[in-house]
Amino acid sequence: MRATILTCLLLAPFVARADVSYERLLHASSEPQNWLTYSGTYASQRHSALREIKPSNAANLELKWVFQAQSLESFETTPLVVDGVMYLTEAPDTAVALDPTTGRIFWRYQHNPAASARPCCGRVNRGLAILGERLFMATIDAKLIALDATTGQPVWQKSVADPAVGYAMTLAPLVVKNKVIVGVAGGEYGIRGFIAAFDATTGEEVWRFYTIPAPGEPGSETWQGSGDSWQHGGASVWLTGSYDPELNLTYWGIGNPGPDWNPSQRPGDNLYSDSVVALDPDTGKLKWHFQFTPNDDYDYDSVQVPVLVDMPTKSVTSGKLMLWANRNGFFYVLDRTNGEFVRGNPFVKVNWASGLDERGRPIETPQPEGAVTFPGVQGGTNWYSPSYSPSTQLFYVSAWENYGSVFRPQQVAYAPGLQFVGGLPGSPLTGATNLPRIRGPINNWTEALGNGAVIAIDPRTGTQRWRVPLADVSTGGILTTDGDMLFTASRDGYFYALDARDGRQLYRTTLGGAGANGPITYSVGGAQYVAVSSGNGLFVFGLRR
Amino acid sequence: MSIGRASRIAAWLGASIAAAGAARAQPQHAGQYEQADIEYGARLYAGRCIICHGERGDGMPSVNLRSGRFKNASTDRELTNVIRDGVAGTAMAPNAYSDSELTALVSYLRNFGSYDPGRSGKPGDAERGRQLFQGKGDCGSCHRVNGVGPRSAPDLSNVGAIRTAGTLQRYLLDPTDAMLPINRPVRVVKRDGTVITGRRVNEDTHTVQLVDSHERLVSLDKAQLRDYSIGTSATMPSFANVFDEDERADLVAYLLSLKGSN
Repeated sequence: MRATILTCLLLAPFVARADVSYERLLHASSEPQNWLTYSGTYASQRHSALREIKPSNAANLELKWVFQAQSLESFETTPLVVDGVMYLTEAPDTAVALDPTTGRIFWRYQHNPAASARPCCGRVNRGLAILGERLFMATIDAKLIALDATTGQPVWQKSVADPAVGYAMTLAPLVVKNKVIVGVAGGEYGIRGFIAAFDATTGEEVWRFYTIPAPGEPGSETWQGSGDSWQHGGASVWLTGSYDPELNLTYWGIGNPGPDWNPSQRPGDNLYSDSVVALDPDTGKLKWHFQFTPNDDYDYDSVQVPVLVDMPTKSVTSGKLMLWANRNGFFYVLDRTNGEFVRGNPFVKVNWASGLDERGRPIETPQPEGAVTFPGVQGGTNWYSPSYSPSTQLFYVSAWENYGSVFRPQQVAYAPGLQFVGGLPGSPLTGATNLPRIRGPINNWTEALGNGAVIAIDPRTGTQRWRVPLADVSTGGILTTDGDMLFTASRDGYFYALDARDGRQLYRTTLGGAGANGPITYSVGGAQYVAVSSGNGLFVFGLRR
Repeated sequence: MSIGRASRIAAWLGASIAAAGAARAQPQHAGQYEQADIEYGARLYAGRCIICHGERGDGMPSVNLRSGRFKNASTDRELTNVIRDGVAGTAMAPNAYSDSELTALVSYLRNFGSYDPGRSGKPGDAERGRQLFQGKGDCGSCHRVNGVGPRSAPDLSNVGAIRTAGTLQRYLLDPTDAMLPINRPVRVVKRDGTVITGRRVNEDTHTVQLVDSHERLVSLDKAQLRDYSIGTSATMPSFANVFDEDERADLVAYLLSLKGSN
């Protein structure tokens, strides 16, 4: 009998019911065994203090388990790990709770999105948020759903916007205090973007910040088109923001203006498209903004994760910096107390601007009609999570190098529910398509259209410290740890463990599908795990015992 | 917008991106429609759409295909979806078109208002094209069709389902320009000095796959190679001076007729 009880205890270790207070979210970095938010912590460094896996033993990594998604659509989730339970999403809008040591499933909740949902670019879901005993999921039919973390049953559900006219949600929500903050996608359908906060207890909307000001509001003068260009100007929000509790500011990257490729239909800077906005999370009031690409011609969404770093400099004595490798090809350092520009350098080939002026505004050099613009429409990087390591004090990003597009604007009329893009960027290579997000089984375009690289940037100078080139461009996010490890998965199907100090390859294996999420790490019983998506599977690695 | 949007639009439209023979003086890029595709689309339209939509595109109530405006589509991707999937609750039924046919139909619809059939070349004759393929062009000495011919060059048994009329035109005129980069000729030297030449069929960061000169499938670890070089010129010669315009049209018609066993 004693043996039986002991066996039961070993097979079914006691797992506390999820109860994640705001205090725990504030100090998420102090419990590295868990992964409590989309980017790991409010600072969004996608960095963990775990150090069991390190350069000296990384060669002993091995696959521990695999979760196969039922959906064959792009698998872009960042799992959460909370006190011995992993929570993830699979496309389009299914939440799953599972054992983080075996992958066995506790429960599965499937939301069936409305048939009117029309996300432009794939039915994806990038993950969940948690507060207390509840998980929060944003859906492609623009609903926000609270789930009981133990049972997977919905607690409340709110319609955030109308999917029939192009609103969708693909991001993981951000919880700040007792609010669940989300943004809407739909920049290709002529939406008017917004960020909104919902009461985590009741689901009631608390505030809404429109990313395009209405006539008369500050910034409305940047929409000078005739008529209603501001009403259909896009400026979507489809990636999770960050939060600085000391400043009480939440930061969000804003997407492209619409129509995407025809700026003549929306003259002006088009605020707050292609910007970062700093909002008061209690009220949704704008505190400051910084625009990366005014009057964007190229679809350079500033939808990247704002990475918050504390690093005193001469000009920013508070040390409160924001690091941003932008889709437009420049790497920026901003003062996150006020949005002032500190530094900016190209991190890939750039020819749409010759540089940035002293305030960070691009000195634009539009290319002649038919000529190639660098970076191309998918950008020098995109939504794939970057990482910052306090250990190496380097910033890491997946870059698309030597990649350009030919932009050809076209007039387009707005019609509800139809795409409102104004042209079609082409490839510089006759006959080629633009590089697709999801890699097919045949790498048709190869070196002729660009390549990927994992690059390490020194934020003090903006210069590249090291670079690991890839044959294919990469859609994988990056994770670093205090063990000086860097983990990523490439689009051509490899999982890499690199030395974060110099890029040296320590371990590599092929997983067979495109990496499309930001890897995470966690530990259970002292054993460190690294979870990364590839194709339609989540692959979890640990050290050989 | 998210990364995949443009690519999805371009992914299938891209199949249509090529320069028709007479238009080669101007560089062609995505977003333009090739004359060969427009013409192919016009022929498809005449065969499959005209009964309902009419010669002028206004055969259905409240639908005017010549206007360039479509009730259920603004982008080419949406237009493709309508043609392929139909419109629920209307007489527009789903249609099992191949990608090349969809490309051609969209190209034609986008140019319906300005297309002048009198100015285009006459449609090619597939049977004459087959004779040219086997005779004057000697294409069968490199290409395999329906189980006959060598394997060193791409097998063309289903080329009509996967390549557009415009692309096929371009292959005949400028094979280097039309060649998919992945299919570039490669030459590798292994550590033991063995030299392998062939046509690349796939590649990633650490490996490359090819069909070698002996028609074998070969997969190589790049770390094990002493040298790896990629040629940028197609091994196929240009047929611009071999065939006249009518003959090229015949050949394209033949190639478009090769739909594979599926």
